[in-house]
Amino acid sequence: MMAVLQAYAPLLPEIIIVLGAMVLMMQGAFRPENDAETSRIMWLALAVLVAAGVAIVQLGEPARLFGGAFVDDAFARFVKLLVLAGAGGAMVLAFDEMKAQGSFKFELPVLLLLATAGMMVMVSAGDLMALYMGLELQSLALYVVAAIRRDDAKSSEAGLKYFVLGALSSGMLLYGASLLYGFAGTTSFAGIAAAASVAGAGQNLLLVFGLVFLMVGLAFKVSAVPFHMWTPDVYQGAPTPITAFLAAAPKVAAMALLVRLVMTALPGVQPQWQQIIVFLAIASMVVGALGAIGQTNIKRLMAYSSIANMGYALVPLAAGGAEGAQGVLIYMAIYIVMTLGAFGCILSMRREGGLVEDINELAGLAQTNLFLAFALAMFMFSLAGIPPLAGFFAKWFAFLPAVKAGLYWLAVIGVVASVIGAYYYLRIVKIMFFDDAKAPFMATRAKEGAIVALALVLVLGFVLPFVASPLVEAAGTAAASLK
Amino acid sequence: MTIGLPHYLTVAAFLFTIGIFGIFLNRKNVIVILMSIELMLLAVNINLVAFSSFMGELSGQIFALFVLTVAAGEAAIGLAIVVVYFRNRGTIAVEDASVMRG
Repeated sequence: MMAVLQAYAPLLPEIIIVLGAMVLMMQGAFRPENDAETSRIMWLALAVLVAAGVAIVQLGEPARLFGGAFVDDAFARFVKLLVLAGAGGAMVLAFDEMKAQGSFKFELPVLLLLATAGMMVMVSAGDLMALYMGLELQSLALYVVAAIRRDDAKSSEAGLKYFVLGALSSGMLLYGASLLYGFAGTTSFAGIAAAASVAGAGQNLLLVFGLVFLMVGLAFKVSAVPFHMWTPDVYQGAPTPITAFLAAAPKVAAMALLVRLVMTALPGVQPQWQQIIVFLAIASMVVGALGAIGQTNIKRLMAYSSIANMGYALVPLAAGGAEGAQGVLIYMAIYIVMTLGAFGCILSMRREGGLVEDINELAGLAQTNLFLAFALAMFMFSLAGIPPLAGFFAKWFAFLPAVKAGLYWLAVIGVVASVIGAYYYLRIVKIMFFDDAKAPFMATRAKEGAIVALALVLVLGFVLPFVASPLVEAAGTAAASLK
Repeated sequence: MTIGLPHYLTVAAFLFTIGIFGIFLNRKNVIVILMSIELMLLAVNINLVAFSSFMGELSGQIFALFVLTVAAGEAAIGLAIVVVYFRNRGTIAVEDASVMRG
């Protein structure tokens, strides 16, 4: 009995989260609804995430379970910790605001925990079935979360759009998976890699179509152009605290899944998937930079910003190899910090009637709330990639592998796109610092302030060696474990 | 005429294409979109079971069972979202789903 339990030890983080979600559901269903219970549920949800994080750090040797369907290696652990950090940070931001809007329900932390568990399964997937189950656990929970304000037309429309396009993308991904299964005769990544490394496999129609459909499905999930249409609408329509969650952890998990898929299941057909990744990267960088220019709603702007960021994160993946994977991981780690920080500021744009979303409402913020204006300005500078902030190093580690792999023009297009993108980031800075002041916002909540301050410290301090080098080293170890 | 693997794959490809066109060309009703999604997933199941049967390899059928289960959950969530949407807007026409633009 003990031996069996010990064999399942690598699953402990996922088990903790799923059991925690069930306990919270019972707690919510059988306890009265009042303020004390609500705050207890919020803290318990965060405690579950922390417990899962501790469990990941405590894990022993790397292992493979269920015939290789569940892989626990340094890559999975690194990304899982990122996912937990992103999910936890977004939950800290989300709960108070949802409570203030009167739309906090105990289902919210339960669904967010289940989505987090789904992301962790995605990251550990070593088999098409595990890939699909993890992806759906994450997606199904997030469709509901996007529509969680049942009395709000925008929120339910966002949920509907997210559901329809998400289900379409899952269908495409699944069709690709079925073709790959037909090609390889097995659903495990290792088996597919063996079948795909035979000479001439790149001409096999089942493999090529399977690869394309699978990539299309995953491109939807990371919102890479031309499969990005849902992103601006869902970001705008979903309640802002939920948008913060959608922008952070799920992107990281989907990107990590893409990295693991192409690096472990399809290394034999790199020329084939490289073309697709290069196209997705260029299109995302350009459309993300141009699409954001005319936006007046800050959530829509962040949506285009995240599309562009996914483009940058795909650049090192196009280069391939361990160094490429390392570049993706560093980019996503810094992306999470910048995104959570920026959304912390966006959630602080609060007046009597609730949150404001128009960029022009930020006018003259420097005169009314200098800390908030400074923090948001730093996040915008960082997203634009201005040294010595973290965003500059993210792009550095993203473009370097591409240059080394000889993809010079890809790096050049990336740099040009980030110059174009700098325009709309700097416009926000200009509005905050040089326009006439509008009515001040309400005081920032302590938790939002804490997240913003933490993200600000990391973004400003990334240049210091004791901040940057542990991340770079950990990402390097994680990327090297990807076999 | 014996019915071989290509026949099954062709049927599945047709059903999948009908599903995709059902989503993009349909301008009327969200319920039709839900039906199209279901059609896509069932096309995938035909693929999986056909491959599994012709290769004598079982994992495709297990995969198909997973897909069926998830499809049920997906349909339930989809209908729930459609009901919420209808309560807010009083319509489920696809053309009306355009509060947000830009």
